[in-house]
Amino acid sequence: MTNAELQAVYVMWLRQMKRFVRSKSRLISTIAQPLFFLFILGSGFRVASFEGLSVDYLSFLAPGVISMSILFSSMFTGVSVLWDKQFGFLQEVLVAPVSRFSIIFGRTLGGATTALIQGFIILGIALGLGVQIAGVLNFLMTIVFMLLIAFSAVGFGLAVATKLEDFEGFQLIMNLLLMPLLFLSSAFFPVLDQPILHTIAMINPLFYMVDGLRGSLLGTANIYPPFIDFIIVFIFCCIMLGIGSYSFHKSEI
Amino acid sequence: MIYCHVLNLQLIDMSIIETKDLTKTFDHFTAVNDISFSVESGEIFGFLGPNGAGKTTTIKMLTTLLRPTKGKATIAGYDIVKQRDKVRKSLGVVFQEPALDIELTGKENLDYHARMYGIGRDKRKKRIEEVLDLVDLSEKQNQMVKTYSGGMKRRLEIARGLMHNPTVLFLDEPTLGLDAQTRRAIWAYIRKMNKEHQTTIFLTTHYMDEADFLCDRVAIIDKGKILVLDTIRTLKNMVGNDIITLSSSNNNKLINNLSEQQWVKNKEIHDDYITLGVEKGDEKIPRIIELAQSEKIKVQSINVRKPTLDDVFLHYTGRSMRQSNTDAPEKRVPPHFRHRGGR
Repeated sequence: MTNAELQAVYVMWLRQMKRFVRSKSRLISTIAQPLFFLFILGSGFRVASFEGLSVDYLSFLAPGVISMSILFSSMFTGVSVLWDKQFGFLQEVLVAPVSRFSIIFGRTLGGATTALIQGFIILGIALGLGVQIAGVLNFLMTIVFMLLIAFSAVGFGLAVATKLEDFEGFQLIMNLLLMPLLFLSSAFFPVLDQPILHTIAMINPLFYMVDGLRGSLLGTANIYPPFIDFIIVFIFCCIMLGIGSYSFHKSEI
Repeated sequence: MIYCHVLNLQLIDMSIIETKDLTKTFDHFTAVNDISFSVESGEIFGFLGPNGAGKTTTIKMLTTLLRPTKGKATIAGYDIVKQRDKVRKSLGVVFQEPALDIELTGKENLDYHARMYGIGRDKRKKRIEEVLDLVDLSEKQNQMVKTYSGGMKRRLEIARGLMHNPTVLFLDEPTLGLDAQTRRAIWAYIRKMNKEHQTTIFLTTHYMDEADFLCDRVAIIDKGKILVLDTIRTLKNMVGNDIITLSSSNNNKLINNLSEQQWVKNKEIHDDYITLGVEKGDEKIPRIIELAQSEKIKVQSINVRKPTLDDVFLHYTGRSMRQSNTDAPEKRVPPHFRHRGGR
C-alpha cells in the first residue's frame, strides 16, 4: 500500500471518529437506547421466569443489548454512505486517486471502532449492575464477537446503502427486518423452547452472534459452544463484507 | 512519417482534455451523444447549455465517476478509463451540489483532501495556507462548514479543488443558486487562479453572462450534442455584429423583402417579431423603415442591440435558453441541499 492509500484509510477512519464525537445527539441516543432496554426490560422481566435459565435475567439480557447496540451503530455507519451520497461528499472521495478498497476499509474500521466504543460503554454499565465476566479469556472472546458483529453489520449496511435511494428505505429495513430478527435471536428472551421460533432462530445469523457473545461473556447460558458460533458468524461476516464492498465497488453516481 | 509524428506530439502537448465520440446512455436515454472536442492548456473552456443538456454527465465521465458507454477521452494525456488514478491526480473538481463534509471544519476538509492525494505534512500545511488565502477564508478555517454561507462553501470547494495543483479544474455550475454579488466574487477567483496559476479550467453553466464573462472558448450543448464550438467573439459574429429586433404590420412580407438585401447576414422570424443580424445596426434602421414604407408596411417597434450568446443559442436551436431551462424538468434538489445566498 502506498502512502496515499494508507492516508485514505486513516482519513476515512478519522472522519468517522470526529463525527461520532461531535454529534452529541447520536452519542446520546445510541447510548440511551440500550440503557432503556437494559433497565426497563431488565427490571420488567426480572420477576418473570424463563424455563431453564441458568443465570439471572439481567446477565442474560446484557449480551443481547450489547449485540443490539453494536448492530444498530455499525449498520448506521454502513448506511451513512447514503448520507454522503445525498450530500455529495461521496463524489469528492470517489474522485480522489485512491482505491475504493481503501475507502471502504477505512470506513469499515471507523464504523467498527465507534460500535465497539458503544459496546464497551454498555458492557461497563452492565458490569456496574452486577453482571460478571467469567474470565480473561472470556473477555477476549467477547471482543472478538463484538468485532465480528460490527463488521458484519457494516458490510450489510453498505450493501443496503448502494441499493437504496433515500432514508425511508433504511427505516423500513430496520423495522421490518432487523427488529424481528433481533427479537428472534434470543437477545431479549430464550427462543428455543417454542418449535416455530426455534426453527427461525436456527437460520437467523443474529442468533449465533448473540449466542456466541453470551457464551463468551458469561461462560454459561449459551446453546452452542462459542467455537461453533464463531465459525458460523465468521463465515457470515466474510460474506457480508464481500457483498458490501462489491456493491460499493460497482456503484456509480 | 516523421512529420506526422512531430505533429502528433505537439497535439498531445497542447490539449489538456481531448474527447472523441464520447457517449453515455442510461437505459433508454442518451444523455451525452457523440461529443468530440479538445481543451487547450491554460484556457477557460465553457460548456453552455440548458438544464438536462448533458453537461454534468460529461463532467462525471471526464472525472472518472461514470464510465462512458462509447468513445474515448484523455485528461493530460491519460485515458479516463484505463488510467483512472493518473487522471484523478491530474484534476480537481467542484461539483454542482456541495461535496463538503459539513460536520468538519474548513481546514479539516482541506487537510483530509490533501492526505488522500498523498501530499506530505509540510507541503500540506503550506498549501492549506496558500489556498485559504486565495479564496479569503483564512479567518474561518477553524469553523464548522455547516456555519458557512453558500458563497463561502463554494470558495472552500474551489480552494480544495486547487490543493493538489491540478492540471485542470472542473467547475460544474460554479455559481448556481448564488446571489449576484457572490457570483461576481466567485468569477473574480476563477479568473485569478486561471491567470496567476495557469490552471486550465473547464466549466459548465446555463448562465449566458457567466460564459460570456469567463470563457475563452465555448461549446454550446443541447440534448447531449455539441451544436457549435468557438471563441465567444466568433460565435457572436456568426449571428451578426448587431441584432435588430422589429415588429411590423406584415412580418412575412417584410422579411421577404429584406432577404433580397445584401447587408442582412442573418434573419429569423418568430411569433410576432423578426430578428436580423447586421453590421452597423444604427445605420440600418432608417433603411429598414424606408423599405417598409415603400411596401406600405407599418413598423410598430424596432431596436438594435449587441448579440448575446442567447442569440447564438436561439440561432442553433430555434428556442431561447430561458425557455429551455423552464421546459426542462426541474432537477431533484431537496430544499436544504440548495445553497444559501448571501454571506
